[in-house]
Amino acid sequence: MPIIEVENLTKVFGRHPKQAIELLDQGKSKEEILQETGQTVGVNRASFSVEEGEIFVIMGLSGSGKSTLVRLLNRIIEPTQGNIYVNGENLSEMDKKALREVRRKKMSMVFQKFALFPNRTILENAEFGLEIQKVPKEERQEKATKALELVGLGSYLEQKPEQLSGGMQQRVGLARALANDPEVLLMDEAFSALDPLIRKDMQDELIDLQSTMQKTIIFITHDLNEALKMGDRIALMRDGSIVQIGTPEEILVNPANDYVEKFVEDVDRSKVLTAEHIMKRPETINIEKHGPRVALERMSKEGISSILVVDSKRILQGYVTADDASQAIKDDIKDLQEILRTDIPKAMKDTPMNEIFDIINGSPIPVAVVENDRLVGIIVRGAVIAALAGNSGVNE
Amino acid sequence: MMLDFIPEIPISDWTTDFTKWVTDKFAFLFDFIKDNFGSLMEFLTAQLMVIPPIIFILIIAVLAFFLSGKKFGLAAFSIVGLWLIYNQGLWEHLMNTLVLVLIASALSVIIGIPVGILMAKSKIAETIITPILDFMQTMPAFVYLIPAVAFFGIGMVPGVFASLIFASPPTVRFTNLGIRQVSKELVEASDAFGSTGAQKLFKVELPMAKATISAGINQTVMLALSMVVTASMIGAPGLGREVLSALQRAQVGPGFVAGIGIVILAIIIDRLTQSSSKKENM
Ligand SMILES: Nc1ncnc2c1ncn2[C@@H]1O[C@H](COP(=O)(O)OP(=O)(O)O)[C@@H](O)[C@H]1O
Ligand SMILES: [Mg+2]
Repeated sequence: MPIIEVENLTKVFGRHPKQAIELLDQGKSKEEILQETGQTVGVNRASFSVEEGEIFVIMGLSGSGKSTLVRLLNRIIEPTQGNIYVNGENLSEMDKKALREVRRKKMSMVFQKFALFPNRTILENAEFGLEIQKVPKEERQEKATKALELVGLGSYLEQKPEQLSGGMQQRVGLARALANDPEVLLMDEAFSALDPLIRKDMQDELIDLQSTMQKTIIFITHDLNEALKMGDRIALMRDGSIVQIGTPEEILVNPANDYVEKFVEDVDRSKVLTAEHIMKRPETINIEKHGPRVALERMSKEGISSILVVDSKRILQGYVTADDASQAIKDDIKDLQEILRTDIPKAMKDTPMNEIFDIINGSPIPVAVVENDRLVGIIVRGAVIAALAGNSGVNE
Repeated sequence: MMLDFIPEIPISDWTTDFTKWVTDKFAFLFDFIKDNFGSLMEFLTAQLMVIPPIIFILIIAVLAFFLSGKKFGLAAFSIVGLWLIYNQGLWEHLMNTLVLVLIASALSVIIGIPVGILMAKSKIAETIITPILDFMQTMPAFVYLIPAVAFFGIGMVPGVFASLIFASPPTVRFTNLGIRQVSKELVEASDAFGSTGAQKLFKVELPMAKATISAGINQTVMLALSMVVTASMIGAPGLGREVLSALQRAQVGPGFVAGIGIVILAIIIDRLTQSSSKKENM
C-alpha cells in the first residue's frame, strides 16, 4: 500500500471556488478561469501515490503550484476538493485533533527559507516538534541533540540561528523535522536558497540519510538537475496540473509532451544518462566454437575492425582485431586464444555517460558493457556523441 | 432649508440617558469597584510611603543601572531627579501619581493584550475594534471625566478609569500589529508541527511579537502619565493636582516645580520601560 495517495486534489484561491471547479471540469485552463472569474487555480485535480521509502520529487516552474500542493498534503492549505490518504486514512476528512496528530507524528516539513525561530537556540529549535507533543524536557533534548548530530551540528546547540550560515540553518531545519521521527518529510524547495556547492553537499547528505533511515521524502524543486539527481520518481507540474509522472529516465527519454520536452532540453544529459541508455546489441563470436576465420568473416560482414569474444555463457573474454585474424589465418593458427586481446575498456549498465565519455575518448575500440562479467552491450563512440548532443532516439 | 428637514437629533440627550441608565443599572458594580479598588490603591500608596525615600531612590537607581545595561547615566539621573522631587516637598504627591500611573498601565496591559490578540486572530474583531480605538484616542480626554465621575464619584478610581480609556489603545494596537507581523513562514512552521492555537500563540506568536508589544506598553505608560493633570480635575491626588491648583491660583513657581516633577518621572519611566523592552528584544 502506498504511504500517501492523492486523488483529484484541487485548490482554488478566491471567494467562489465552486465556480472555478465547474469551469475546470469543463476543461478550461487556469488562465481562462482567472480571466473569467478572478479565481486562481493553485492545484488542478492532482492524483498520484507515493511509496514508502521513496524520494518523490515534485518539479515545475515558479507558480506552477508546487508549494500549494505540498501544503495540501498536510492541510496547511485546505483543499477545495479531493482526497489525501496517509497510510490509508483520509486526511481530508479528519477533524482538527486527528490532523494535528498526523502533523506531529507522521509528517514533518522543511521550509525554503528555513523558518527557524530566531528567539530560540539551535537545540530549542530542533526540540520544537517534541515540545509541541509535550515530550518531557530531558527526552526531547536527547532526541533533538541526536538529530542535530546526525546533520553534523552537534556542537552548535546553544547558538542562535542568526549565528549560522544558510547551509547550517537548513541543517537545523532538517534536524527539527527529523527529531520527530516522522514517516514522511515534506521539503519545499529546501535547498533552493543555498549556494551551489553547499546545495550539492546537502543533496548528497539527504540521499545518504534517506538510504539509512528509509524515510519517505516529498521533495519540491524547480531545478530539473536536482530533480533528476534526487528523485526515484518525478512529478512534473504546469499551471497547477501534473503533466507527467515517471522515473528520471522515463522523463528524459520519453517526455510526455512538448512542455516536458522543452524542460528536459537544457538538462546536462551526461549526468543522467547511463551506459544502459546508449549501448547496442554487440556482435560477438564464441571462443569455444569459432576460430579466426569466422571472426574475420563476421567483421567484414559488419564492416568493423574488431569483434568481442565471449564464451558459451556470454562471459566476456576479450576481443580480436581484423588484422590479427587475417595474420592468424595465414599462419594457420586455429585457436582464437592465441590472438585474443584482453585490454578492453569496460563499463557497467549504470555507469554515467560523462565517465563513459572519458573512457571511450582514449580508446580506439568500443566500450563493453558488462553485468557480472557477462557481456550485455557495446557502446560505440558515435552513440556517446549523439546522446551528449541531445539527439533523441538514443535508446534503440 | 434642505438641511433642516430633519430636526436636531438628540444625541446628547441619548448619551446622558444612556450614561444615567448604566450608572443606575450597574451601581452595585461601580460601588464595589470604587470601594475595593479605592482602598487597594490607598493601601498601595500607604505602603510606598512607608519605604524611606532614600531606600526608594536607591532601589530605582539600581534597577535603572541594570535595566540600562550597567550604564550609570540613567541611575545618576534617577538619583538626582527623585532627590529633587523629595527636596521640593512633593514626595507624597509623587507616590500618588506613581500608583495612579502604574495601576492604569497595568490594567491597560491586562485588558489590552487579550483584546489585541483577539483582533489579530479575528478579522471581524479587528474591523469592529479599530474604529473604537480611534474614537478613544481622538476624543478629548476631558470628555471621559464626565462618565468617570458619574460611575465612580471623585478621587483616584475615576482617575484610573479615565486614564485606562485614554491610555490602553497603544497596547491593543501594538499587540495586534506584533502578532500580525510574525512571518507567515514561522506561523506555517508552527502549524506544520501540529501546534494547537494556544501553543502557536504562546510559543511562537507572542514571543516573536514581544518587542512590538513592549513598544505599545511603553506608549501606554506615557499616555497614562500624561493623564495625571487631567485626572486631577476629578480629584485624583498627586503631582497633577499640584499643577492644577497652581494653575487655578495663577502661581507660576509651584506650577513649574510640580511640572518638573512630572517630567522627571516621565523620563525615568520611559527609559526604564524602553530599556527593558530592548533587552527582551535581543
Ligand atoms: N494564498 C494565495 N492566494 C492566492 N493565490 C495564491 C496563494 N498562494 C499561491 N497562489 C497562487 O497559486 C499558484 C501556485 O503557487 P505556488 O504553489 O506558490 O507555486 P510554486 O510553489 O510552484 O512557485 C500561483 O499562481 C500563485 O499565485
Ligand atoms: Mg514555491
